[in-house]
Amino acid sequence: MKRDLLLFTAFSLFIMVAPQIFAGGYLMNVLVFVGINTMLAIALNLLLGYAGQISLGHAGFFGLGAYLSGILTTTYSLNPWLAMPIAACVVGSLAYLIGLPVLKLKGHYLAMATLGLGIIIYIVFNETVDLTGGPSGLSGIPNLHVAGITFDSDVKNYYLIWGVTLAVMLFSLNLAGSRVGRALRAVHDSEVAAQVLGVDARGLKVQIFALSAIISSLAGSLYAHTMTFISPASFGFNFSIELLTMVVIGGLGSIYGSFLGAALLTLLPEILRGANDYDIIIYGALLMVMVMFMPGGLVRGVPALFRKVFSRKAEGGHA
Amino acid sequence: MLEVTGITQIFGGVTALDTVSFSIAKGDITGVIGPNGAGKTTLFNIITGIYHQTAGTVTLEGKNITGLPPEKLARLAMVRTFQNIELFGGMTVLENVMVGMHTKSSSGLLACALKMPWSISEERRIRAGAMKWLEFTGILDLADHTAGSLPFGKGRLLEIARALAVEPRIMLMDEPAAGLNSQETLGLSRLIKQIRDLGITVVLVEHDMELVMDICDRIVVLNLGKKLAEGTPREIQESPEVIAAYLGDDD
Amino acid sequence: MQFDQILQYTLSGLSTGAIYALIGIGFSIIYNATGIINFAQGEFVMLGGLLTLSCLDLLKLPLWAAIPCAVAVSTVVGILFERLAIRPLRHPTPINLVIITIGGSILIRGLAMLVWGKDTHTIPAFSGDAPIAIGGATILPQHIWILAITLIIIMVNKVYFYHTISGKAMRACSYNRRAAGLVGIDVKRMVLFSFIISSAMGSIAGIIVAPLTMTAYDVGVMLGLKGFCAAIIGGMSSGISTVIGGLILGVLESLGAGLISSGYKDAIAFIILLLILFIRPQGLFGKADSERV
Repeated sequence: MKRDLLLFTAFSLFIMVAPQIFAGGYLMNVLVFVGINTMLAIALNLLLGYAGQISLGHAGFFGLGAYLSGILTTTYSLNPWLAMPIAACVVGSLAYLIGLPVLKLKGHYLAMATLGLGIIIYIVFNETVDLTGGPSGLSGIPNLHVAGITFDSDVKNYYLIWGVTLAVMLFSLNLAGSRVGRALRAVHDSEVAAQVLGVDARGLKVQIFALSAIISSLAGSLYAHTMTFISPASFGFNFSIELLTMVVIGGLGSIYGSFLGAALLTLLPEILRGANDYDIIIYGALLMVMVMFMPGGLVRGVPALFRKVFSRKAEGGHA
Repeated sequence: MLEVTGITQIFGGVTALDTVSFSIAKGDITGVIGPNGAGKTTLFNIITGIYHQTAGTVTLEGKNITGLPPEKLARLAMVRTFQNIELFGGMTVLENVMVGMHTKSSSGLLACALKMPWSISEERRIRAGAMKWLEFTGILDLADHTAGSLPFGKGRLLEIARALAVEPRIMLMDEPAAGLNSQETLGLSRLIKQIRDLGITVVLVEHDMELVMDICDRIVVLNLGKKLAEGTPREIQESPEVIAAYLGDDD
Repeated sequence: MQFDQILQYTLSGLSTGAIYALIGIGFSIIYNATGIINFAQGEFVMLGGLLTLSCLDLLKLPLWAAIPCAVAVSTVVGILFERLAIRPLRHPTPINLVIITIGGSILIRGLAMLVWGKDTHTIPAFSGDAPIAIGGATILPQHIWILAITLIIIMVNKVYFYHTISGKAMRACSYNRRAAGLVGIDVKRMVLFSFIISSAMGSIAGIIVAPLTMTAYDVGVMLGLKGFCAAIIGGMSSGISTVIGGLILGVLESLGAGLISSGYKDAIAFIILLLILFIRPQGLFGKADSERV
């Protein structure tokens, strides 16, 4: 317990001083995205890594949050601070209702159903031009504003986004180590045994699906208010796959793993500048390699690799 | 305590159970025995809400529980173990038993994630309770091991500890001695008696006749989906029908 | 006028539907042999079209030679995929299989983008494009090619599954993999066979549709998903139910696009997919089967 708190405090401190180390105008912007993607990866990980239920449509919930926030604050000139919780409630309720039939499905069928759901949402973003602006997007979304500070620069946005991301992380870490988190992992390992012990597997799955959608929606709202412009292209099938890649690479069932995965996949395209769109080849290869050789993700695989290397060295020394 | 009336189960035209009825008295250890394919496990799956029978009713302490899902039965203090121990392999031994305390705790998703004071004290209570059951089954020293890495015999004890954490009034065990060596079986029979002494009614499906005859107060014999006999171990041992069924005599 | 329109949409819907059916059968064959939904199925469709293009343009092969060539290469990719990605998997849980086939599909698509670029390409129709009038509607010769080739493939499939030893073994695997293994069927080989057949079928679908719809490195995604939708309607059968599923989907989509809104055309398939999964996961024609829910 003490160790967990220490780790989280150290991580938070690292995040807070990171801008001093990497102070660079452009990189700050990328680090803002690392924050948003970390939130999204955690949301998907709660569902996939803890409850063992796959979703290939999470970009849809992310997009719904962004569009609801965007539309409420532009067309209906609502205060962003009000628009964000409204969006989260709407998306959460929607996910709950959809979750009831969807989570009866298992494995491949669940994957296909959520994928279909994500694509339908994407098509709606494109086609309801009057509401969303269609493929050309929605612009003029206001920045968040509090106590005389407008979050309109990369540095301010960094602290805003990471403040929320750290809160989401702490929330998820607490949840994972609690009665509910244990029940989720139990359902993942053996659904029937969990049920026999009194865990309402179905209800729990739907709850966590809704929670996951709410966190995604929150990330979407924040994305809309920091970017001030959104278009459907950010919320398509490919982004759902990118999120999946983050979770798998970082480590299923690890909150810090989600950060690692999100950071790696967000920074990768910056490192591979000039590779243009060919980064998808790397995503594909990464997904396959990770599942085959490091199914626990970086967060477990790298320490295991170290141990292996060092123990081999030690043995070599003896021989 | 538990009453089973006219249970019939038909799988695609094959009758697995045919109007099976019996009742189990409070505080007894009851054995359900029978040759392979007699329908013992199917019967267990029906009683514990995993299958839905074609016909018949199950009553627990006077309450009709026919068709209730397993998670509801746990709240009515009925729990079971599985033939191929179903552990939560990725979790520690202690965490496994803590899941068993699920119905004895109530913090919801938000309370847990926000670490509300009551959920923290509840967590402490869950941990202490789980430790108690690990001690009872004698595997307290393994608390921090990963459940998936336990040897089979210890896994069996963990599954029993986890089921006890539900604080059941009735516990169904599907072949608890399967896969255990003679030493472990001996320990198991002691443990089952201890469980009975806690006031928990025990029903077990078992192939190990020595164990069954040693610990059971009453025995129900199934053969080819029908109840063949019912009685004390001595009555069963002397029953000509049972002997015929076990020896495959066809007269 | 209205009737002619409906006839027109139905006719073109049938030919698209035939393509969905072929892809859907590809999904079903692998699913039945292995329990895997191959998310990379659509990429073989893309490979078929683009490889034919390369055979025509680069190797200067005539069409009749380019097509078998393209099918052969796609099949080799299918074999490699099974050998390098599916077979070595140590923990073949459904989630791992979903992720690995998605990874494979992205990889194949990315490599295709490297080879053929992001442009849309076209391959010539098999026998000209003089429209043929049917009632008040017209169809292209390519539509007839599509329907005829689909019909032939389905018949060949039927013969294979019911009248050859390896086809029967494959069916045995789909009923009960363990039992099939116990009676001496080489299940691993059947898995490989299923990948061979479905990658070949997928690429043929991609080739015959390319003259109508053009082709590009990313056509596999949508075509694959719609093929899956056809298979779901047909209850994951590798026979006539999936063909009917494909045809229903093709016609509904075509009517929906023509009469309601073309923008929502793609949504129709996914709404049908969700409805079927929620209400009748065993498919429109299947018996209840708890396996899939």
